[in-house]
Amino acid sequence: MSAGHAHALYVHGDSRVHALPAHVKLVALLIVIVAVVATPRERVGVFAAHAVVIIAAAACAHLSPRFIGGRLLIGAPFLAFAVLLPFVGGGDRVVVGALSLSVGGLWGAWSVLVKGTLALAASVVVTATTPVPALLTGLGRLRVPVVITEIAGFMVRYLEVIAGEMHRAKVAMAARGYQPRWAWQGTALATSAGALFIRSHERGERVYDAMLSRGYQGRLPQLGATAATRADWARALALPLCAAAAAALAVIG
Amino acid sequence: MSAPALEVRGLEYAYPDGTQVLRGADFHIHPGERVALLGPNGAGKTTLVLHLNGILTPDGGDVTVAGLAVQPRTVKEIRRRVGIVFQDPDDQLFMTTVRQDVAFGPANYGVTGEELDRRVMGALTAVGMAGVVDRPPHHLSLGERRRVAVATVLAMNPEILVLDEPSSNMDPASRRELADVLAGLEITLLMITHDLPYALELCPRAMIMNHGRIVADGPTAALLGDRELMSANRLELPLGFDPSLARPERLPAP
Repeated sequence: MSAGHAHALYVHGDSRVHALPAHVKLVALLIVIVAVVATPRERVGVFAAHAVVIIAAAACAHLSPRFIGGRLLIGAPFLAFAVLLPFVGGGDRVVVGALSLSVGGLWGAWSVLVKGTLALAASVVVTATTPVPALLTGLGRLRVPVVITEIAGFMVRYLEVIAGEMHRAKVAMAARGYQPRWAWQGTALATSAGALFIRSHERGERVYDAMLSRGYQGRLPQLGATAATRADWARALALPLCAAAAAALAVIG
Repeated sequence: MSAPALEVRGLEYAYPDGTQVLRGADFHIHPGERVALLGPNGAGKTTLVLHLNGILTPDGGDVTVAGLAVQPRTVKEIRRRVGIVFQDPDDQLFMTTVRQDVAFGPANYGVTGEELDRRVMGALTAVGMAGVVDRPPHHLSLGERRRVAVATVLAMNPEILVLDEPSSNMDPASRRELADVLAGLEITLLMITHDLPYALELCPRAMIMNHGRIVADGPTAALLGDRELMSANRLELPLGFDPSLARPERLPAP
C-alpha cells in the first residue's frame, strides 16, 4: 500500500541503545544537537569529533553507515538550498575555475551542510532505535505538555487509517478511468480530499464517544513510561557529553 | 426475580436536526441474559446504545443500570458498568499500543501498577489476544482488532457488555473465533446485529426494533421463525437457513 508506515522509522534490534529508556535517548539527542549547532563553523576538527561520536553511537546500535546514509537523503532538499549560498552571498569573493563565489556564502553553505547532516544523523540513530509510542511516552516523561504528546499520538494512530481511506478513494477513481495528468483535471481528487476531511472529522467524534464510554474525563492516563536507572543515564550521556565538551572548548578557545 | 441489569423505559430522542429516532423504547434485561437487538438500518439501534451510558441524553424516558439511573452525576460509574464495543474497532482502539488501549479504561478509574497490568493481561487472555499486547492496534487484522476491542471493555469489569454489530465485515473464521470468545464470557450481553444466525447461536432471547420502538421481544428461534414479523421489519434469513433446523448442540440453553 502506498500509505505511509507510521513505524517505518524503527529498526528492530536488541542493542544497548535499543534498550535505553526513550526519555534518556531524547535528552542525549538534545545535547548532541545543541553541541553541533553551537560549534563555530570554522572549527572543522570539532565537527569531525562530533561525527565520530555519532558514528560510535550508530555502531553501538548496530546500524550500518549505509543505512544512516540512506536515511540522510531526507535532508537533501534542505541542503540543496545551501548550494545556492556561495552564488548569492555578498562580501569577499574567491574565483574557483570559471565561477566567482562568495567566501561568506561558502562558509554559510558549509555550516548548513555539516550542522544539518550531523543533527539529522543523530536523530536517525534515536528514531531507528526507539518505537514511536515509546518516543511519545518519553516526551511525556520529559514534561512536554500532555496536549502536544496526545495530538502526536492520535496523529500516529490515525495517519495510516486516513492514508488508507485516501488510497482506497484513489483506487476507486482509477477503477472508473480517472487518471489526472494536469492540475486542472484534479477536481475529483480535491473533492475526495474534502470528503476525507469530513469523514475524518466524523471519525474524530466517534473516537471521542468511545473515549467517553471508557471513563475519559479530559485527561489521558499516563501509561507505559519506563523509569531510567543511573546506569542508563551514564550509558546514554557518555558520548553526547564528549560532543558537548568538544563544542564548549571550541566556543571558549 | 432479580433486579434488571438494564432497564430502559419510554426512551425518546430526536437529533438536533429534528429527526425523531427513538419513540418510546421499552425493555429490560436481567443479569446473565444474552439478548440480540435486531432491526433494519435506521431503526435507532445505535442511537439507543449511545443512551445506555449517557453519551446521549434522552428527550424523554430513562435508563437504569443495575439499579443506578443514568444521570449527569452518575455517568462515570454508569460508564464503568456498561461496556460498549463500537462497530468500527478503529474508533475503539485509539492509543498507540494494545497495552495502552486496554489499560485506558481501568486507568481512568484510578487503577494503577500491578493491578492495572493484571487487568490488561486478564482481559487480553479472555479474548485470546495476550500475544499482541505490545503491538500497535493498526497492525492487527480486523478480527484481532475486534477481539482487542472487546478486551478494552472487559478490563473495566462491566456489568453488561454491549456490542454494536460485532460480526460485520469479518471472514467466517474470525467470526467463529469471536463467537467462541463471546460464548465463553460469563456476562450479561446485549448484541446489535444484522447477522441473524449469529444472534440465534449466541443469544437465547431477541428483540426487534423498528421506527424507534421495540416491536417484538421473545425467544430468538421463535422470532426468526415468524415470517410475517420478519418481513414487516425488513429482516431476512440467509438463503437456505431454517432456524428450526439449526443444530441444537450449538444453540445456547434458553
